[in-house]
Amino acid sequence: MSKPLSRAASAAILQEQRQIRRERLLSTPGLLVGLVVFALIVLAALVIPAVSGVDPNEMTVSLRLSPPSPEHPFGTDEFGRDLFTRVLHGARVSLAVGGSVALLSCLLGTVIGIYASYFKALDQVLMRICDGLIAIPGILLAIALMAALGAGSWNVVLALTIVYTPSVARVVRSSALVTKAQTYVEAAKVQGATNRRILWKLILPSVISPLTVQASFIFAQAIISEASLSFLGAGIPAPAASWGNILQASRAVFSRAPWTVLFPGAAVVLCVLSLNLLGDGLRDYLDPRTGGRRKK
Amino acid sequence: MLSYVLKRILSLIPVLFVVSVVIFLVIYLIPGGPATALLGLEASAEQIEQLNTELGFNRPFLVQYADWLSGVFHGDWGESFFLQQSVLDCIAQYFGPTLSLAILAQIFAVILSIPLGILAAYYRGSAVDLATVSVSLLGIAVPGFLLSMFLMLFFGVFLQLLPVAGYAPLSQGLWEHLRYLILPALSLGLVQAAYITRMTRSAVLDVLYSNFIRTARAKGLRESAVVFRYALKNAGPTILTVIGQSFGGLVTGTIVTETIFNIPGLGMLTMTSINRRDVFVIQGVVLFVTLIYVLVNLVVDILYGLVDPRIQLGRK
Repeated sequence: MSKPLSRAASAAILQEQRQIRRERLLSTPGLLVGLVVFALIVLAALVIPAVSGVDPNEMTVSLRLSPPSPEHPFGTDEFGRDLFTRVLHGARVSLAVGGSVALLSCLLGTVIGIYASYFKALDQVLMRICDGLIAIPGILLAIALMAALGAGSWNVVLALTIVYTPSVARVVRSSALVTKAQTYVEAAKVQGATNRRILWKLILPSVISPLTVQASFIFAQAIISEASLSFLGAGIPAPAASWGNILQASRAVFSRAPWTVLFPGAAVVLCVLSLNLLGDGLRDYLDPRTGGRRKK
Repeated sequence: MLSYVLKRILSLIPVLFVVSVVIFLVIYLIPGGPATALLGLEASAEQIEQLNTELGFNRPFLVQYADWLSGVFHGDWGESFFLQQSVLDCIAQYFGPTLSLAILAQIFAVILSIPLGILAAYYRGSAVDLATVSVSLLGIAVPGFLLSMFLMLFFGVFLQLLPVAGYAPLSQGLWEHLRYLILPALSLGLVQAAYITRMTRSAVLDVLYSNFIRTARAKGLRESAVVFRYALKNAGPTILTVIGQSFGGLVTGTIVTETIFNIPGLGMLTMTSINRRDVFVIQGVVLFVTLIYVLVNLVVDILYGLVDPRIQLGRK
């Protein structure tokens, strides 16, 4: 048995660990950039519409399709509505939908993945169902579900959650399987720990990091999918603003008024890009192996 | 080899079973049931009841499923209510444009992405690599329909080089056929290329830093031989799989692209069927596209086995 470390020594170790973490964070610039840009988008969507008080549905017919100007930084759409305000309101809807999908599919996927990794019989059934769902191309399944359920934000969330849950379940299962074979889990089993305790106290913490990476990618994917569904008219119905909706409305006029595509489009791209950077960065940050390979 | 192929085909049975159940169930998610969707909200309860009896929707669930599944196997995929023809006929009629578009887009994607991916991996950390990585990162973040709109704006409206919408069947001549497809295929292909480039780069990188490459270089092999005969041969199966998987994205991408460019393909059929609430057509298209997707991946997996003998050894 080694002697317990002195307080000074353990403080030194802690400090060194903090130092290493800081260095790793700085060596993944994508993570920071993604985080900052995404935080700014969320902040803008939350704060600016509340402060400015401009109604996103207010129509000024005399200002139809006017190009960007100091009063209307993004210009106006074909009903004379201020695009800047609409893009920000759209951000609220798109982010809420994307976030809910990411959250729900991660919750469901974690439960499915963890149980599947631990109980063999359950594994066969659950994973075959996941395989089947993954075999249907994503947007197509979402479109079919939306066709059945009818348009609406909650139905978009429901449809996309069904589409993305299986891939989360797979990721969680595969990393839980690795943990399950570890000696400390064996030891807990021998000591008579209940299944519940092993699953949620020992296995769950080990799947958190792949899960967060997966969550940011799903968030990004869900934003693209929501935009595509709404663009096709199978997503969030018209009067409400979402990024896909705004772009759908621009479809008829975009050759005359390119700004009606440019700004909402840039919002989607920027948001998805920042989330992807965040996901890539998190993966490099959380997984020490890829970090090592990069330095080679 | 044969046992590998057989095993791979057998493993599809549970997947296809689940797929069939899911696609069958979609119809049941419709509030009020399929008859309500077909007849519209004004329909009386008797009319709905009558249609339900006619279509067999008031039989026990399992009987309906068995009946539907046997229909699928016998080529009876239901009737389109709106178009008054069988679902399979509808699909056959609309499949051509989608197939042309998908093939052309995949050709664009592969021609662009594989050389770029290899270059980026080979000159890792250089300006070429940085540019490739950034552009492909951007490409993954751009939704297909947005890219379509930008391309339309640039080539169709600004340069006026290519038609922005419409379709000409192959019977009107190859150039006429391709002319209409270039922009949609380019917009689809670019999104695909972003993904394939990234994966190719990382697959080649993985191989380039392995020991046998170092040995090949140490024994004085020419660089071209190292890259093309050694590295690419080993990264090949991974790249092949990526191309197969990207096919799913491609097919769903065509749905969106077709609606924008007014191409009368499966995507347009799906979207118009949604507006008409023509549920059996939607069901049929989803089933058809999924079957193709599964089949493409099966072929890729079999090719994988042919290219890489380690796969079979590992399985035994």
